[in-house]
Amino acid sequence: MSPIDSKNSLSANPTDEIFDRDHVTVIEPPRGWHMLDWRELWAYRELLWVLTMRDIKVRYKQTVLGAAWAVIRPVVTMVIFSVVFGQLAKMPSDGFPYPIFVYAGLLPWTFFAASIGSSGQSLVGSAHLVSKVYFPRLIIPVSSVGAGLVDLLISTGILMLMMLWYGVGWSANLLAAPVLLLAVVFTSLGVGTMLSALTVAYRDFSHLTPFVVQIWMYITPVIFPISIVPERWQWLVYLNPMTGLVEGFRAAFLGKPFDPTGLGISFAIALFLFAIGVAYFEKVERRFADII
Amino acid sequence: MSAPAIKVEGLWKEYTVGAARQQHGTFYDLLSHSLRSPLRRLRSLGGRAEDPQRFWALRDVNFEIQPGEVVGVIGRNGAGKSTLLKMLSRITAPTKGRIQVRGRLASLLEVGTGFHPELSGRENIYLNGAILGMTRSDIASKFDEIVAFAEVEKFIDTPVKRYSSGMYVRLAFAVAAHMEVDVLLVDEVLAVGDAAFQEKCLSKMSALQSVDRAVIFVSHDVGAVTRLCSRSIVLGGGMVEYDGPVTGALSHYYDRQLGSKIDLSSVRFDGTLVKEINLSGLTIEGRFVGDSGLLDPDAGITLTLHGQASRAFDDIDIVLAVFVRGTRLFTQHDTAERSPLNKGAFRSTFRLPPNLLRPGTYEVGIGLGRSAGREHSWNASVAQFRVAEIWAHHRRADAHGLISAPCGSTREYV
Repeated sequence: MSPIDSKNSLSANPTDEIFDRDHVTVIEPPRGWHMLDWRELWAYRELLWVLTMRDIKVRYKQTVLGAAWAVIRPVVTMVIFSVVFGQLAKMPSDGFPYPIFVYAGLLPWTFFAASIGSSGQSLVGSAHLVSKVYFPRLIIPVSSVGAGLVDLLISTGILMLMMLWYGVGWSANLLAAPVLLLAVVFTSLGVGTMLSALTVAYRDFSHLTPFVVQIWMYITPVIFPISIVPERWQWLVYLNPMTGLVEGFRAAFLGKPFDPTGLGISFAIALFLFAIGVAYFEKVERRFADII
Repeated sequence: MSAPAIKVEGLWKEYTVGAARQQHGTFYDLLSHSLRSPLRRLRSLGGRAEDPQRFWALRDVNFEIQPGEVVGVIGRNGAGKSTLLKMLSRITAPTKGRIQVRGRLASLLEVGTGFHPELSGRENIYLNGAILGMTRSDIASKFDEIVAFAEVEKFIDTPVKRYSSGMYVRLAFAVAAHMEVDVLLVDEVLAVGDAAFQEKCLSKMSALQSVDRAVIFVSHDVGAVTRLCSRSIVLGGGMVEYDGPVTGALSHYYDRQLGSKIDLSSVRFDGTLVKEINLSGLTIEGRFVGDSGLLDPDAGITLTLHGQASRAFDDIDIVLAVFVRGTRLFTQHDTAERSPLNKGAFRSTFRLPPNLLRPGTYEVGIGLGRSAGREHSWNASVAQFRVAEIWAHHRRADAHGLISAPCGSTREYV
């Protein structure tokens, strides 16, 4: 293929075969369970980026405080929790000052809760797109999880400042943070995509989700340390993937030792949730436009 | 001949009527339903075809479209046009059959899909472009062209929620018009925007024809289909009724449109002859545009008045007048002079030539009289008809006035 043949360079990414002039797209009735088309998803990566950026840009449009909300929300939550659970309820905190202890746990938890909330609603909120144009639908819930990463980054900055304030030194454990973050993202994607697909067919889930998130927080060691759970029952708490991840974040930032077994269980379940969520989404994806 | 751009084989699409209960239902409904009657669910799966709650929106549709062809799809509401487009663009899945699309496809089912009101014109160009399947570098290289086409240079960094509706539509269409794809599907998006911009979009779309790109154009605007397409597919009841040259498609389509007879029995006429001569019905016939009930200005319009005389008269004159916004445009008489009218049923026919009336709404007055109007019967507003604004290439979009006067005009150099 000659590079000066303009007809063949319509697509700026000649590597994306699905946009090729000679690529034949076959449209057939849905086949039930099937593999995710990674190549197609990859070819639409720019759309994922653009939609994520859209969500980030419009999030604080026409607000007086703008991006300051990304700071205010976690800080105020941390202060309230410190007063209620730290001061009044005298919740143990593994020997760390309660504010930094609870904040390190809130970091992944807030991201997770916000992500599954927004991605759960994302498909229904994008009904105008789903019924008017084709692209891999998975991009919609994934982009709303992606948009939450900015808030997470901002809250991580605050945690760094708190570590300076409380004199908690940085340790080599911090190197695990990216891996833990990835696991939180995967868990959020799994639950979020599943919820978004279910919400299309059953709007009950938009009422159910906030409520489940609330309960979920109390079975996750966000406001309490896992150490208050009797050791022989801890494995049960670790079946909740957020347990391992929240504890893992604390270990990474506060320099506590990791619990490899707990983390392992939580990682495995995170991956499992991701696989189930995406598989279910892919199975029902093609009828979204008809029922949304 | 190269491979077809689109190949549709045995395409069927089934929808569930009253889907509200069955599919939008609550999760509780589903649970209780399946718990209470698992057998009924199984049975209904087996006997789908008999279920009266289901209907076929498309039945066994087959066609091929070659690169470079511009095909117009026409049909009444519910004929399956939108369903077909949605399946071709992969928004909804077929129930049976197979579609093959060669190359890159973009569908324009609405202008400005995904526009976000809070974002600026610039940001929306990238957003909308990405949604339509353009890459960032594609958009960047065409950015200036898009902005110029949309005529929004000054407002490109203003949030689109502050745009006028005209600017919004122009920007949205401009993005779509600059897509480089192999197959383009266009729904009735031209129904928006002002006449001058519509004209611009149509010529931009005609330009697509010169490249070897397949275009499917769905519209109620038969004029636009005539102008843009060489081939047309007429859908009716989910089936292909006609597939061939556009001229044949139009006559096939119009043949199915019948002028409706307007019942005048409840219309009150004024005058002294009301009792003796009863005017009972009026038929307005012409070429209707789609199923809109609008008349095509390119065809003549025939108005037929039906009546009954209770006795014979020797000097009756039956008239029809056309009004626009209260102004009497003209009056037509059924005979040159007052002439005898026999007892019994009669019919008077009034023919208006093609291209006389400009697009708009007209009122019809009918009446009759004898002896210089001393005895008469009259109603200035018995019916209305509308003439469609359609693009036909020999008529100028910028002509103004109440009628298109059949005058001869020339330009000479002296």
